[in-house]
Amino acid sequence: MSWVTKTLSSSLGKKLIMSLTGLFLIIFLVGHVTGNLQLFINDDGQAFNIYAKFMTTNPAVKILSYVTYIAIIGHVVYSIITTLANKKARPIGYQTSRASTNSAWTSRNMGVLGTIVLIFLVVHLQGFWYEMHWGNLPVVQYDGEEYKDLYSIVKFAFAEPLLVLLYVVAMVFLGLHLSHGFASAFQTLGLNHKKYTPAIVFLGRVFSVVVPALFASMPIYLYISSLN
Amino acid sequence: MNLTLKIWRQKNNSDKGAFKEYKVEHISKDMSFLEMLDVLNEQLANKGEDPVHFDHDCREGICGMCSLYINGKPHGPEQTTTCQLHMRSFQDGEVVTIEPWRATAFPVLKDLVVNRSAFDRIIQAGGYVSVNTGGVPDANEIPIPKKIADEAFDSATCIGCGACVAACKNASAMLFVSAKVSQLALLPQGQVERKERVERMVSQMDAEGFGACSNTGACEAECPKGISVTNIARMNREYFSAVVTSDNI
Repeated sequence: MSWVTKTLSSSLGKKLIMSLTGLFLIIFLVGHVTGNLQLFINDDGQAFNIYAKFMTTNPAVKILSYVTYIAIIGHVVYSIITTLANKKARPIGYQTSRASTNSAWTSRNMGVLGTIVLIFLVVHLQGFWYEMHWGNLPVVQYDGEEYKDLYSIVKFAFAEPLLVLLYVVAMVFLGLHLSHGFASAFQTLGLNHKKYTPAIVFLGRVFSVVVPALFASMPIYLYISSLN
Repeated sequence: MNLTLKIWRQKNNSDKGAFKEYKVEHISKDMSFLEMLDVLNEQLANKGEDPVHFDHDCREGICGMCSLYINGKPHGPEQTTTCQLHMRSFQDGEVVTIEPWRATAFPVLKDLVVNRSAFDRIIQAGGYVSVNTGGVPDANEIPIPKKIADEAFDSATCIGCGACVAACKNASAMLFVSAKVSQLALLPQGQVERKERVERMVSQMDAEGFGACSNTGACEAECPKGISVTNIARMNREYFSAVVTSDNI
């Protein structure tokens, strides 16, 4: 084994991959939520559709999207590998455990929370990402240029209250996952210092509330709009 | 006070083991937890039964020999070692469940006794300084800032009891290993083997079958010596910088 594979297959190396892919996905969330805020513009989806076309055709964004796919797959695969190794480290559990007195529930259930987020992600990708890339979307024209009308299917989807509920609930789980994951990623990288750790912890708390709340507000807003 | 004890009994490493209930009466609240177990064992010995095996040595909270997972927490309800836990932390009539540390790397030898040699092998892998530091006056001639000395000492207070492993949902030994890595990485005497040390100790830790760190903080919360998880962050820094700069290809 070379030193690279040896490092990446060590317990610390595996956690390093979890941390780096997690941090990349956190950055992705910032971009995703910022871009999607265009759903709130009252222009019948023009800005959103132009943005959607840019995001699926621009070469730089394309490269970035492949990195995102790798990050998601890496995060999932390594979480499975570490979880299996961790389970093997304690095959016989305790009869009585008072883990709630020494650690946060979210920190002990990242795998469960992550699985729920992953299931949501599959539903989410199938509904919009797949449709945008390979689906039969209606086409609109702005200034003589053709655009896929992704906005129309987003609008149509979120007129359905059950789907809105699914998205809102999924964002709660994403928030719980981030509430531990954000600060944890920095600790794994070895970035723990009294100068900036309190700021990281604070930022993590704010991030895990604000970003999922912004995401959740989009289906809610579109649902309310659909009622008029 | 009278208590019901639910104790893990296991004849040897290959035995399946099971919980067995015992009653102890007239226990003084000033007794230590281990003295209470001594009372039980005297009862068992008088009846000709096999006494409950448990680890202990100094009974002063400094050797790290005592273990015991009491009522769902390593070393019981107080943040101290089992030997320094007193019966005043329990209620009359309480059911007290006593289990061994649970980890693949800490196999049960008998009843509540586990084999913690894995920790010794991790220390053997790199938890030492090979340079001759001479006698005490020589050591004192090496200038070490008070702040660094204090930090190294805080890490060095780890007694290697294994409560961190017992508390961690992944049975991870990272708090222990990081305390030992930190203690030597902070001091000038530890610099010579600094990179090799962390690489070897982490590698041995993995080979022993301990889990990875999920940063739950359970280890720090349960550590009788209050070792901080900042040590784990330091070990990660030490490890990642060592693997990219050391000579080991």
